[in-house]
Amino acid sequence: MKDQRPVVILIFIFLVSIILLTKLFMIQVVDDSFMKRAESNAIQRIVDHPYRGLIYDRNGKLLVFNNPIFDVMIVPKEFKVGDTTRFCELFKISKEQLIESYTAARKYSSVKPSTLIKQFSTKDFARIQDFLVDYPGLFITTRSVRSYPNATAAHALGYIGEISAGQLERDTLKYYAQGDYVGLSGLERYYENDLRGRKGVKYKMVNVRGVDKGPFKDGEYDTASVAGKNITSTLDMDLQLYGEMLMAGKTGSVVAIEPKTGEILAMISAPFYNPNELTGADFSKNYRKLNGDPSKPLFNRPIMAMYPPGSIFKIVQSLIGLQEGILTPNTTFACNRSLVACHNHPSPVNLFGAIRNSCNPYYHQAFRMIINQEVSSNTFKDTEIGLNAWREKVLKFGLGSSLGVDMSNEKGGSIPSSKLYDRVYGEGHWKYSTIYSLSIGQGELLVTPLQMANLSAVFANKGYYYTPHLIKEVDGDPTLIPAKYQIKHEVGIDAHHFDLIQDAMAEAIYGTAARAVLKDITIAGKTGTAQNPHGEDHSVFFAFAPKEDPKIAIAVYVENAGWGGRAAASTASLMIEKYLRGSITRPALEEYVLAGNFIY
Amino acid sequence: MRESDIHINRVDWITVVIYFALVMIGWFNIYAAVYDGQAEKSIFDFSINSGKQLVWIGTAIMLIIIIMVADSRFFENLSLYIYLVFLVLLIITPFVGKEVNGQILSIGVGDFRIQPGEFAKFATGLALAKVMERPTFDLSKKNYQAIAFGVLMAPVILILLQPDTGTAMVYFSLLLMFYREGLPAGYYILGFGLIAIVLLALGIENNLYLAAAIVVVTLILIFLGKRTWQRILAFSAIGLGLIALIYSIDFVVGKLPEHQQNRIMVLFNPNLDPLGVGWNVTQSKIAIGSGGLLGKGYLEGTQTKFDFVPEQHTDFIFCTLGEEFGWVGSLVVIALFVGLLYRLVFMAERQKTRFSRIYGYCVVSILLFHFMINIAMTIGLFPVVGIPLPFFSYGGSSLWSFTVLLFIFVKMDSSRATQLGRLG
Repeated sequence: MKDQRPVVILIFIFLVSIILLTKLFMIQVVDDSFMKRAESNAIQRIVDHPYRGLIYDRNGKLLVFNNPIFDVMIVPKEFKVGDTTRFCELFKISKEQLIESYTAARKYSSVKPSTLIKQFSTKDFARIQDFLVDYPGLFITTRSVRSYPNATAAHALGYIGEISAGQLERDTLKYYAQGDYVGLSGLERYYENDLRGRKGVKYKMVNVRGVDKGPFKDGEYDTASVAGKNITSTLDMDLQLYGEMLMAGKTGSVVAIEPKTGEILAMISAPFYNPNELTGADFSKNYRKLNGDPSKPLFNRPIMAMYPPGSIFKIVQSLIGLQEGILTPNTTFACNRSLVACHNHPSPVNLFGAIRNSCNPYYHQAFRMIINQEVSSNTFKDTEIGLNAWREKVLKFGLGSSLGVDMSNEKGGSIPSSKLYDRVYGEGHWKYSTIYSLSIGQGELLVTPLQMANLSAVFANKGYYYTPHLIKEVDGDPTLIPAKYQIKHEVGIDAHHFDLIQDAMAEAIYGTAARAVLKDITIAGKTGTAQNPHGEDHSVFFAFAPKEDPKIAIAVYVENAGWGGRAAASTASLMIEKYLRGSITRPALEEYVLAGNFIY
Repeated sequence: MRESDIHINRVDWITVVIYFALVMIGWFNIYAAVYDGQAEKSIFDFSINSGKQLVWIGTAIMLIIIIMVADSRFFENLSLYIYLVFLVLLIITPFVGKEVNGQILSIGVGDFRIQPGEFAKFATGLALAKVMERPTFDLSKKNYQAIAFGVLMAPVILILLQPDTGTAMVYFSLLLMFYREGLPAGYYILGFGLIAIVLLALGIENNLYLAAAIVVVTLILIFLGKRTWQRILAFSAIGLGLIALIYSIDFVVGKLPEHQQNRIMVLFNPNLDPLGVGWNVTQSKIAIGSGGLLGKGYLEGTQTKFDFVPEQHTDFIFCTLGEEFGWVGSLVVIALFVGLLYRLVFMAERQKTRFSRIYGYCVVSILLFHFMINIAMTIGLFPVVGIPLPFFSYGGSSLWSFTVLLFIFVKMDSSRATQLGRLG
């Protein structure tokens, strides 16, 4: 019995070691949760935010840059203030503020840095920079906010802000994190992926008190951040600024496009706001203010406001008629005011005269021929077939659906199809007399100012357009812009049909928009007056110039400003002169527009 | 000193090699525990603990040499005096010692300090060997049991007064030696049974279940055997006594100092307050658990480097090993300890005198207890008690006392041929 006892003792020793090794195996090899907990203990992931790309105008002028702001950080344990009064004078804070911030920092951690004073400007920073060495435990961190040196093109450029919970959820690639800034509208949003660059990650080790203990594995897993790409916009900053000056205090839109390329030269939405308001610390406050403003300064009218096209649409009707062979330059109709109201002009008129005089009855009759081609003996059926065939042709002009400009929330306007009338009147219960107001650009038609400017470009180009866009170069390379802006869209009208139209438009402004006439530069234009049931009509003008070699196509909407020939035509003409000549030769006209009294 | 007393070729070199292996691994781990990648200092730098440990190692080697060249009868003859000297030191420690965290453990002058509680272990081992060596000493007899327990309990009581519960517990490991020397197995069955019931009482929320279980077991035992009045009364008394014990445990635990209560509670609920009471064990388990199979590599540990584990160079030194060398590293060190203990049992059994055999088992008992409890505590199998891992943990007192403890036995073993057999 006694001799077995050493054996029992040995067995006991082995049992103990097997129990220890089993438990060790369980926590070291089987259970990997300890590894994760160790990582979250000692390894801190620090995101290195890249410098966001800058935005330039087409001439290389800076539109958006990053403005550094400086936060003074404090490590309370190392901080020695010495002469408090001097410190407060230097850093421009009161003693109470200093004590409050210091106490808060101390409460957070005595060894981890926290913010002592927020948002020093570059100028203030330069002043205190040299004194910083006198104060151990203080250091500076730099952040940057977007800044707009000329405070222009707020809608087109857009703004950045903290990512929303919804956006985070949709971010399937998991690039973004809570608190990241992203482009929320305009170019900032559309070219977010180019502008943002790529975040870098640094892994550093911290000890139990959170004190930095250097890079993890000598930075083997770190990635450097890549600065965002600069982009060049198609905007002409001078033209944009001039347009904003003209539109100040008014409501409406100005869109100017380079016809040959679809590049947007200016895009003004009035009323506008100072883009610098939607940056930095006051973003939320100012956003609430702007959002609540009854004049809706955040509403991006050029792409979101929709109006009936009015008389301008007659040119589209003319072109479709010509292309179909239904109209010829010699097709003549009497100005029969029993069909639809008109104003005094010689009658009958041929096509040229109809455009020049904007003759309503002419288009009432011409449109009937386009719609009712007697494909079907049933007049209701025939109208339906005719309308849908006509609609297809109108859509090719870039109307009826959004063009695809590089901004979000672009509206498409509306070109009605038979479905709309079927829904309203019932299938087989409507015919030409129901839809005739489409002939003169009224009725169920809606277009945006951008679509109108694009239409003007189509006329200038004699039958094609490039989708209007605000991007000219990405990272200095014009080929990096989205492919869709490099595709030529034909509208399906032979080029020679445009000759008569262009002549008529050039002639027309002498009649309806004499203010727009510009010496030595032929402007082809057309006034429109969008009827407004709620008040004064909207003044509309669209044009391109010079007629011989169009460099600019423009659409101007001034809400509640009455005749197209006054507010809109004057504004458009000044914009054209500004762009083509670089200066204004007609100060009186400028005065007239700036004064803004268009109703008399 | 007689020339013939140094038996260099009889020294058990296996033991010596394992000892140095453990000391060196321990030293490298101490360096890893205090290593700071940002302020790289050499392992020999005396301003950090690895440098200091090197001094302790050097002096430990001197102690070894002194022990090896000493007269082989020296410790046997002086064992009771050595024991008495340390008892006196233990008595005076509370009066002349230095107070740290409410405990007075060490005495000394200036930076040179020793903890009598550490060294009293080998002294108690020697004393027990001395009083038990007579052939007539029979641990199955009550009077001899009383003597043995008396020698054992004297230092325990003094150490508890310091108070140093962890070190006091170590002395009870000598019960293993008592077992080898013939203390009736019934005591151990009873002891383990009581410990099991205490643990159950602590572990099970509702004592009522445990009490009910005891009643049922008692009734079954009564009905299984002869139903005499004496037997029924005896069993009923035992059952009631156990139930009384269960209910007294909560009372006793309530009387313990709060930090000890907490350590016990954490054992049964490791997730209890991981940032407070459970911090040590939680962080220790994270450090060891994150080591994986092969570990993070030497000096690559993050948990032990950055102070997540407290006491990492002393009582929690095993964390550094577990984190940087993984399960394989732990296996190697545990294998070394098991090898050493196996070797010591083997050596104890080959002794020709009862004195040296008893002392050998004292060494086995103390080393086994430290090894078992220290590692079990770092992986959450045992409450946190402040006892070091032999040969590993930083500190002069610890290293010296284990070295002296071990090498007195190596010395005895090497000179066993010169001794007359007096095995009882």
